[in-house]
This record gives sequence, structure tokens and C-alpha cells, in this order.
Amino acid sequence: MLLAIDTSAGTSVAIVADDGRVIAERSSADTRRHAEVIGPFLAEALAAAEMDGARLTRVVAGIGPGPFTGLRVGIAAARAVAIARGIPLLAVPSHEAVALSLVEGGVAAGRFAVITDARRREVAVTVFAAQLPLPAELEPAHLVARAAYAPAECVTPFEVQEIPAAALAHAALARLAAGAAFPEPQPLYLRAPDVTLSTPKRVS
Amino acid sequence: MSGPLVLGIETSCDETGVGIVRGTELLANVIASSMDEHARFGGVVPEIAARAHLEALESTMRAAVEQAGIALADLDAVAVTSGPGLSGALMVGVGAAKALALALDTPFYAVNHLVGHVGADILHDPGAVDRGELELPTIALLVSGGHTSLLLVRSLTDDVELLGETIDDAAGEAFDKVARLLGLPYPGGPQIDRAAADGDPTAVRFPRGLTLPKDLVAHRYDFSFSGLKTAVARHVEKLRDAGEPVPVADVAASFREAVADVLTAKAIAACVDLGVPRLLLGGGVVANARVRTLAAERAEAAGVSLRIPPLSLCTDNGAMIAAIAAQRIMAGHGPSDLGIGADSTLPVTVVQA
Ligand SMILES: [Zn+2]
Repeated sequence: MLLAIDTSAGTSVAIVADDGRVIAERSSADTRRHAEVIGPFLAEALAAAEMDGARLTRVVAGIGPGPFTGLRVGIAAARAVAIARGIPLLAVPSHEAVALSLVEGGVAAGRFAVITDARRREVAVTVFAAQLPLPAELEPAHLVARAAYAPAECVTPFEVQEIPAAALAHAALARLAAGAAFPEPQPLYLRAPDVTLSTPKRVS
Repeated sequence: MSGPLVLGIETSCDETGVGIVRGTELLANVIASSMDEHARFGGVVPEIAARAHLEALESTMRAAVEQAGIALADLDAVAVTSGPGLSGALMVGVGAAKALALALDTPFYAVNHLVGHVGADILHDPGAVDRGELELPTIALLVSGGHTSLLLVRSLTDDVELLGETIDDAAGEAFDKVARLLGLPYPGGPQIDRAAADGDPTAVRFPRGLTLPKDLVAHRYDFSFSGLKTAVARHVEKLRDAGEPVPVADVAASFREAVADVLTAKAIAACVDLGVPRLLLGGGVVANARVRTLAAERAEAAGVSLRIPPLSLCTDNGAMIAAIAAQRIMAGHGPSDLGIGADSTLPVTVVQA
């Protein structure tokens, strides 16, 4: 039984069986309340699945890209569940979850890009080649100015507002089935922390 | 009675703290600090602190569990600081604590960081000599890089009043800024303390913020350090402009004296005014030798008994958070709502969110 958590866009929590069946899912597109809703969503998903944490066998964390403050909430929560239950933590790039469902749904073919908002008039873009069991990542996640973004020829862009945690769990299952390695459970920040080195100013 | 077994997570500023207590017994206190990463910026950079919390979370949690020699499944509650503090930093702890509590099917307690600093005083090592009960009510002076607050604590679980706080910089921040002015590294507290050791505290009479009669009317127990910082800057600039050497030891000692003077004078005044003959110090500035000595001298002169928790519990830590949650549990209070958020300005009157 997998618990998947993604807070790279809104907040999404899902419990998915090893065969891919979605047992419970709770999602919100709100991009400002991750720390709040993560609690009720986890509680409700467990309640809807009529189980407690002891039955979880794996935790899947969406590692972004996404706005940092919210993104960290989900990764922190996923790490805590993994520690609490002594179970493995699987990291999945959030764009991969969307890419897989686009390919499985027959929506994306050939080369395509998954795009999410990165704030500050930028978008985060990952380019994939449509294939199964897993889409192939052609260009890793990177930032582009929204106004300047133009997909390369033959690349169909798909901009999404939400990353469903069930899709994240499916991507993890696909990686497991394919024997593919998982990335480190580190956030894909794509941006250095904002700091300005100030020099002491004169006061007189 | 042994009390509930509680794990506390603290991520309000630049220390990732995980502590485990059983009632008032301290079983583990593990702290990872991102202080070094902030050094070249001369102060805590919120985004750097938040990133560091996420990185340190797992290892501090594992180390605390190992140090305490417990199993997570035995926990009676998971506690976390939900405020006040840096909001992005707080959210890392809040997200982790909620998930930990739910995954373990154990109650979740979100508590106030400042009250935690007071709660640090009730902790003792298992089997260690008892430090004596924390007598209440007490005045508490909490001073660190992030806060400067004067509290009246009647009960650790449900009656804490804010008497005053800084209206601009925290005292610890003033130490950092003055250290930079004097060319001393970050963090400024220990550096100023060291430099001041050979200096004359009466060399320069720096201003004592909010101590004039007209200021005392509205700000009897409030603090202000920005004027002091500017006065030090002006003093140093004048010397440099005149091509004179800056007597770092004297300036550091005079600055430190001004800070220690205001902090302790106001704290003792609160004890006297309110008829509460007890003062507790907390927060990282307790490490400052002059603040401690002056507080001890003035407390003795005023007939006030002074308590200072061990330094390892004065700086931000998770054990103090667990301690407050344990007190709340023993007083019969239920868990916090799982939907609470991080509150960067959580008032001190809210012991548990
Ligand atoms: Zn503190």
C-alpha cells in the first residue's frame, strides 16, 4: 500500500494499492495552505481507506519543481511517514506523474513538455518523449521566463495547475516495475535561495 | 508518575531541534544548526534556514530516537512549534510533525515557541539532581537572535502574559549588526562577548532604548535596540573619518553594557512592579556572560531569585517544545487541530494552537 504526497502545486494526498488501484485521494488546488491541509488530507485519506499508518509499505514524495515553501511541506511529511513506519521513501519528479498520465491516457504522443507555474513570471518545464512503461525525460526540469517560453518544434506543451498524488503513486509503481532507479528525495528547487549580501551602510 | 512520552520538533529559526521527554525528564535533545550557512550574510536568511531544516530533519529525528532509547511507536504525542518564527521554516516542522503523528496514530500538539523557552526550565536529566520546581508566577526574559520578550508566567499550560517585547530589532540581532560594524564574524553574541572581555564598559555611554520617563509611559517593558545600533555605527564612523583607530574592546564592552543594562533593568523592574520575586532567563543570549552576571547582581539586590536553564536548553530546541506539550497533556488538554497552520506571529497567550 503506497501513500503518495505532492505539494509542488496545490496539495494532494493519495493511498494507492500495489496494483495501482486508487483507494483514497484528497486534493486541493490552493497554493497557499499546504501546511494546513496536509494534516486533514492525510487523516481523511487514511480514514477513507479504513486503515492506519501501520499498513503502509511505501511513501512516495513529489519532489517538484514547485514554489519552495509549499514543496517542502509535502517532502517533510513524506520523510516523517517513512521514518515513523520504517518504510522506504520513493522520490518522484512531480512532472513525471503528469507525463505518465498524459501518455497512458493517449493525450500526449511524440515529444511533449509538462509545464507548471514557478512564480516570478517563470514556468518550470520538463520535456519528455511519450513511451511506456515510463515517459523518457529528454530535458530535465528547468525554468524559463513565461513570456519567452516557446516550445521547440514537435514538442507539444501541456501546462497543468495540479499534480494528483495518485498519478505520482502510479509513476512510482511504473519505476518499480521497470526496475528504474529513483532520484534522491531532495526538492527540485531550480533556483538559488534569495539573498542579498548587504554591506553595512553609513548612518551619518 | 512518569508522565507522557513526547517527541518535540522545533524549526522556527535556524536550529533544527528534535527532543524527547517523559514528563519533565529529558531523554534526548538533538540540534542541527544552519548557523554557518548564514555567517557570510551576517544574519539568518529565511530561505537558507528552511532548506536546511528539510535536510536536517531526518538525521535529527533518528538521532533523537536513538539517544532516548525509545521506539517511535511508544510515543504518547508528537509536538511541534507552530509559531512564532520564520513561516517557511516553521512549515517544515509542522508538515513533518502532523505526518509523524498521523503515521503513528498518536496525538498532535502544536505549541508556542516562546512558552517553550520557559518550559525548558522544568526539564531535568533522568536520575539527575533535581533543580527544584519552577515556582510560579515568574517573570521570564527571553532573548535571542529572533526575539526579545518579557513575560509574566502564571501557568506553563494556560496563563502566560506578554509584558513587553522589542519594537524593532531583537537583542541578538543587535549583537550581530554591531559585530559586523566592528569587523567581527557572525554570530555576533559570542564575538562581542570575547572582544568586550578586555574593554572598558564605561568608555562610551551608549543610549539605553526606551528608558526615558516619556518612553516608559507607553513602553515600560518594551525594548528598542535600533537606536543603540545606530549610535554605535555613528561612533565608529566618526573615529574612522578622523583616521583614529577604533578601540574594538571598549566599543564592544560599552555596547554590551548598554544591552545588558536595559534587559536586566526592565526585567527586574517587572519583578518589583508586579510583586513577583522570580526571574527566569531563556534564549541564546543567556550565553552572554555580562547579561548573566548583571542579572544575577540585580536580582540579588532586589531580592529576586534567578533561574537560568542549562545553555543547551536555552537555545532553540525540540525538548522544550515536547516539555510544554507534556505539561498540557498532564493538565488534561486535548490535541491540536490537524488543520492548524504555521503562525509566524502566534501570540504568547496562545500556549497551544
Ligand atoms: Zn527561540
